[in-house]
Amino acid sequence: MTFRQQHLLGIEPLHPTEITTILDLADSYAEQNRRRVQHKNVLAGLTQINMFFENSTRTQASFELAGKRLGADVMNMGMQASSIKKGETLIDTALTLNAMHPDLLVVRHPHSGAVDLLAQKVNCAVLNAGDGKHEHPTQALLDALTIRRAKGRLHRLSIAICGDIAHSRVARSNIMLLGKMENRVRLIGPPTLMPSGIGEFGVEVFEDMREGLRDVDVVMMLRLQKERMDGGFIPSEREYFHRYGLDAEKLGYAKSDAIVMHPGPMNRGVEIDGNIADDINRSVIQEQVEMGVAVRMAAMDLLAQNLRAKPKEVMV
Amino acid sequence: MTDIFFANARLIDPAALTDQPGALLVRDAKIAEVHEGHPAPPKSANVIDCGGMCLAPGIVDVGVKVSEPGERHKESFRSAGRAAAAGGITTIVTRPDTSPAIDTPETLEFVERRAQLDAPVHVLPMAALTKGRDGREMTEIGLLQDAGAVAFTDCDRVVGNTKVFSRALTYARSLDALVIAHVQDPGLSDGATVTSGKFASLRGLPGVSAMAERMALDRDIALLEMTDARYHVDQVTTARALPALERAKRNGLRITAGVGIHHLTLNELDVADYRTFFKLKPPLRSENDRLAVVQAVAEGLIDIISSMHTPQDEESKRLPFEEAASGAVGLETLLPAAMRLVHAEMIDLPRLFRALSLNPSKLLGRRSGRLQADAPADLVLFDPDAPFLLDRSKLLSKSKNTPFDGARLQGKVLGTWVNGLRIWGDN
Repeated sequence: MTFRQQHLLGIEPLHPTEITTILDLADSYAEQNRRRVQHKNVLAGLTQINMFFENSTRTQASFELAGKRLGADVMNMGMQASSIKKGETLIDTALTLNAMHPDLLVVRHPHSGAVDLLAQKVNCAVLNAGDGKHEHPTQALLDALTIRRAKGRLHRLSIAICGDIAHSRVARSNIMLLGKMENRVRLIGPPTLMPSGIGEFGVEVFEDMREGLRDVDVVMMLRLQKERMDGGFIPSEREYFHRYGLDAEKLGYAKSDAIVMHPGPMNRGVEIDGNIADDINRSVIQEQVEMGVAVRMAAMDLLAQNLRAKPKEVMV
Repeated sequence: MTDIFFANARLIDPAALTDQPGALLVRDAKIAEVHEGHPAPPKSANVIDCGGMCLAPGIVDVGVKVSEPGERHKESFRSAGRAAAAGGITTIVTRPDTSPAIDTPETLEFVERRAQLDAPVHVLPMAALTKGRDGREMTEIGLLQDAGAVAFTDCDRVVGNTKVFSRALTYARSLDALVIAHVQDPGLSDGATVTSGKFASLRGLPGVSAMAERMALDRDIALLEMTDARYHVDQVTTARALPALERAKRNGLRITAGVGIHHLTLNELDVADYRTFFKLKPPLRSENDRLAVVQAVAEGLIDIISSMHTPQDEESKRLPFEEAASGAVGLETLLPAAMRLVHAEMIDLPRLFRALSLNPSKLLGRRSGRLQADAPADLVLFDPDAPFLLDRSKLLSKSKNTPFDGARLQGKVLGTWVNGLRIWGDN
């Protein structure tokens, strides 16, 4: 087993063998989660705090469940309503929390890099649950696990990521992870939703969705944020669906056994046709949610092992 | 006052573009004689043996933020003055982006009084171009000029309304007042914290195309053709803006350009893992831009190098990158950082001091910035090679937000003289 990280801040610092380590362990947790008795006490006695500075139901629930299934004491802090509104800085919040001696800190923040900053100030393991437009590592890991289980491998696959790449941390983490594991990554979307410098990412970029989907193994759709639909980035919702919404006709260009993924929550009829999302032969969207819990259990388990391996420093 | 004789010096003359052994006699706060080689000192003079070290005209730093009035805890005239002296800077040209902005003769007088009282270096204040730096109504340019304002600028705010800006330029033209502008298309750069490109995308930070600089410069050049105003760009930082600048100069427009030291010595990748001390305005650029701009300084297309000294306290920097304040302190690191370019053989010392001392002095119509008889005895003596590790806690500025913390630098100021009086270094 190889996993040397103190935190899980992003995919960028991970070595491919570390990614494989997480996925292998997550696979075993996925099996365990399907049994009647799902508990394992590897995190017993440890405190996990979920700090969400940005609204989230699904990711927070997934982390909470993962912690509870491993026996951690889990606390949720909705940071939107808390002292941040009273003008407390992120670092003060971090120091306050640190004084409560948590072991695992799960953080989501609307600003890129905020989780890195927080991790510098605490002496517990920090998991990035999404920071601005930067990274969302557990999402990329759960996507990778889903692909590996569906396709039997996680290399030499042709994978298309479609939609709002520019504003998506999910896309960034996925581009990095899939690249590290030696897959061919294609990005599909209108140029207004492509990040700058995308030509230097080692990916292929397509503006025509049909051309981009040709013969791919995996179609990964991204959520289009409502606030991007008002004419600033794309002319309208219906034009977007017409050109970049995944329907049966466009999916026909992909391989016949291509799987369809979506990080959720979906906008049916905007980026994805409802019939495709529900097609159990193609869509692995429900499996993604399931793998989310397993991957987060694995990540927290591994981080806790590293945490226990080093003596606990007491910061005054 | 006794005459001072600087013997055994390596004279850096930015006007003649020479770098040679020589000696210098200072009398009555002015340079009296400049000699080549090693002449014997006059009997009555106080002799300073320069030991072969570089003696150059003191640096004239355009665009220094002293946080008085409003934020004296970040920087005062006393701390900025001492930091300038330690950095070989003999004149600071202060920015009006204080709180409140320096936009009336009364606030300008406050600045002058405080400077007079506390700063050991010359302080030349600039005033805002529009009231409150809001870009709507022009300030009392005439009264402010009479009160001592040497230039008019809204600092890092662009006057977005072209009509307002063209009127201000036209009015300033009638008084031959110098207008200093920041060039960054306001719409395109809205919300941006870094230069767009691969790095910005990897970090998930909102970026602005380097083109935003050229767009704003192009607009201003068109306005100069209309108004014939005297105009200076505070910072040209991108390769794509250079041809426009070159053309405007060739066409005889009264335009000059500056660049901040950080854009000459650092690039966008230095931000690394969201290091907010590297958050600047405009943001750091690509390495190609940096190299192009360094070359433009060496060739004289860009006239002035300044520190763009911007003190920020820890609280405004210890934040997520997007929320953190922009700017870096630079008074004490301007010369050693600029020496990186000399040691990299990208520019020679006389051309460096042309940009640090001579050109800014000329721009403001001063006699300083040169090693000539009758020029004020504003001088800096420095060791161009002495290596050191920069420790930000040792800076004299009240704010310690330098991007060079822990950096290996070369070039140490041994002495600074203002009007023939030593304000830095041991006698």
